[in-house]
Amino acid sequence: MTTPIDKNHATKLLRQMLLIRRFEEKSAELYSATKIRGFLHLYIGEEAVAVGVMAALTPEDAVVATYREHGQALARGMSADSIMAEMYGKLEGCCKGRGGSMHIFDSSTHFYGGNAIVGGGLPVAVGLALADSMLGRNRVTCCFFGDGAVAEGAFHESMNMAALWKLPVLFLCENNLYAMGTAIRYTQAQPDIAAKAVGYRMKSAAVDGMDVMAVEAAASKAADHIRQGNGPYLLECRTYRFRPHSMFDTELYRSKEEVEQWKAHDPIEKLTRRLSDAGLLNDQDRAALEQDVAREVESAVAFAEAGTWEPVENLTSFVYSERREL
Amino acid sequence: MAKMTMVQALNLALKQEMAQDDSVVLLGEDVGPDGGVFRVTDQLIDIYGKERVIDTPLAESAIVGMGIGMAIHGLKPVCEIQFSGFAYQNFHQLENHAARMRWRTQGRLTVPMVMRAPYGGGVRALEHHSESREAYWAHTPGLKMVIPSGPRNARALLVAAIRDPDPVIFYEAKGLYRAFREEVPEEEEVMEIGVPQLVQEGDDVTFISYGAMLRPALEAAEQLAAEGINVEVIDLLTISPLDDRLLIESVKKTGRAVIVHEAPRSFGAGAEIVSRLLEGAFYYLEAPVQRVTGYDIVIPYFSREKAYMPDTARIIKAARATLNT
Repeated sequence: MTTPIDKNHATKLLRQMLLIRRFEEKSAELYSATKIRGFLHLYIGEEAVAVGVMAALTPEDAVVATYREHGQALARGMSADSIMAEMYGKLEGCCKGRGGSMHIFDSSTHFYGGNAIVGGGLPVAVGLALADSMLGRNRVTCCFFGDGAVAEGAFHESMNMAALWKLPVLFLCENNLYAMGTAIRYTQAQPDIAAKAVGYRMKSAAVDGMDVMAVEAAASKAADHIRQGNGPYLLECRTYRFRPHSMFDTELYRSKEEVEQWKAHDPIEKLTRRLSDAGLLNDQDRAALEQDVAREVESAVAFAEAGTWEPVENLTSFVYSERREL
Repeated sequence: MAKMTMVQALNLALKQEMAQDDSVVLLGEDVGPDGGVFRVTDQLIDIYGKERVIDTPLAESAIVGMGIGMAIHGLKPVCEIQFSGFAYQNFHQLENHAARMRWRTQGRLTVPMVMRAPYGGGVRALEHHSESREAYWAHTPGLKMVIPSGPRNARALLVAAIRDPDPVIFYEAKGLYRAFREEVPEEEEVMEIGVPQLVQEGDDVTFISYGAMLRPALEAAEQLAAEGINVEVIDLLTISPLDDRLLIESVKKTGRAVIVHEAPRSFGAGAEIVSRLLEGAFYYLEAPVQRVTGYDIVIPYFSREKAYMPDTARIIKAARATLNT
């Protein structure tokens, strides 16, 4: 990079990635301790994608994410407290304990899930963008999805319609090379995901998803393109998940060597090195960040622990807008 | 009041709702210049333009999925699916998102949208173009399942569906689209969703039906009246959520019930209604409740369709079974 690094901004990115990493390490512990149930899909290794992309969005933009969305939710600015409490199933969570790990929603940050269904959020994102466009609001809807979702029909329907109508959608593919346990070479006739945009006459690019600054730059370029009224954009972030798919994954589909090779590209260590090489971060700074993040995670756990369960008699509420007296 | 077909009445509902609320938007395949397969959206594009009457590609899951996103962002989308049998393509969007958004977020996000689709037999078609699978939607908590039985209530219920804060599946009996005309007032008329209607009073046996099957039920009631058998007829109008109070009160009075629907028999709406009657009126029953329904097969091709559809003869036979006559 020839442009100078903005120290404050870069430190903020580093802190967000650290927060996601430590939050999720803690979540894994809490899962094993059966404090968190449901399923748990960790984002560890992919932090640069969520953090880089969110840095390119405005607070008015909308975000649709996947079931591996703790990172997006934290990077979007949702409180660790409300996310942790949600994973605990407590009333103090963002969905008051009904959504769980895979269904994190927050209308105040325009964070529309959290979605257990692979590819399920894509058409919804196109609808959010269509509404914005009809209501004359210059906003971007950023839709995260994995390489697995690219095999779903909804991906193609959504890409086609967004391009046909020039809708402000940022299609954000987090390509971590595996659709759960199946490598992309076994699932895609064209494994170059960015290349798929050609068929929809859509602009696209691929970026190193382990480099947060590269992701931010690529996402900003994509968002600018969209905001200028040029229609949607497909950005493929090439990344890697260091942990198993979920907490029940024997990982027979990849070698330990491969995982180790990717860990050498750890996005947090990469940014740390870059900042210290530039003289913008020393060991004490990093340690201070770690402490700060650890406090935030501990406080989120305490918040979730102190929370309350939804009374069982409440479970029939919010099925419909109101119940006629039956 | 003008006499209208159900197609005209539905068109009136859409036209007036779009006039009084800018957030109402139509989307679907061929809803624009073509006016929809059955012309329900005829000429609406001329009044409201292609911004609000949106012709989409053939992509049912994206049509409904977009509707969900539009609803979350403040619009009131009315999605048209050309035939209810094509809605299996978008089942996942309704089941996975629309139906559970309110519950999952405890009311912080809601999906006020409508999916309209023609359903049902009697038009000499086949399979997806003739079937009646309302039970799929009725089985999903969070969706409302509405089926009108004629032009006037179709218009009033479609208005209610568009204004409803929940996702509404609105099935239109295609056999009724142009079957008969009714007086439909030009001025606004809205019916409440979730309220069955007493169509005809009687003391001897209760007929419970909905959609296109209401007419054969009424014809059967008329024929039985000639023999001095007085049938009470209830039009369900909303399948789910089901308000069973009127049904139970009626059966407490008559002691007998016949349920008529063209959907397959097993696990259909009739099965749920029987359960409700057993729970609410068991000690008043004089005879086992009868169901006159379609069969547990794919609806047959036109040449054998008649044998599948419930008709007055089958309804009368069922009524006699309850009356032991």
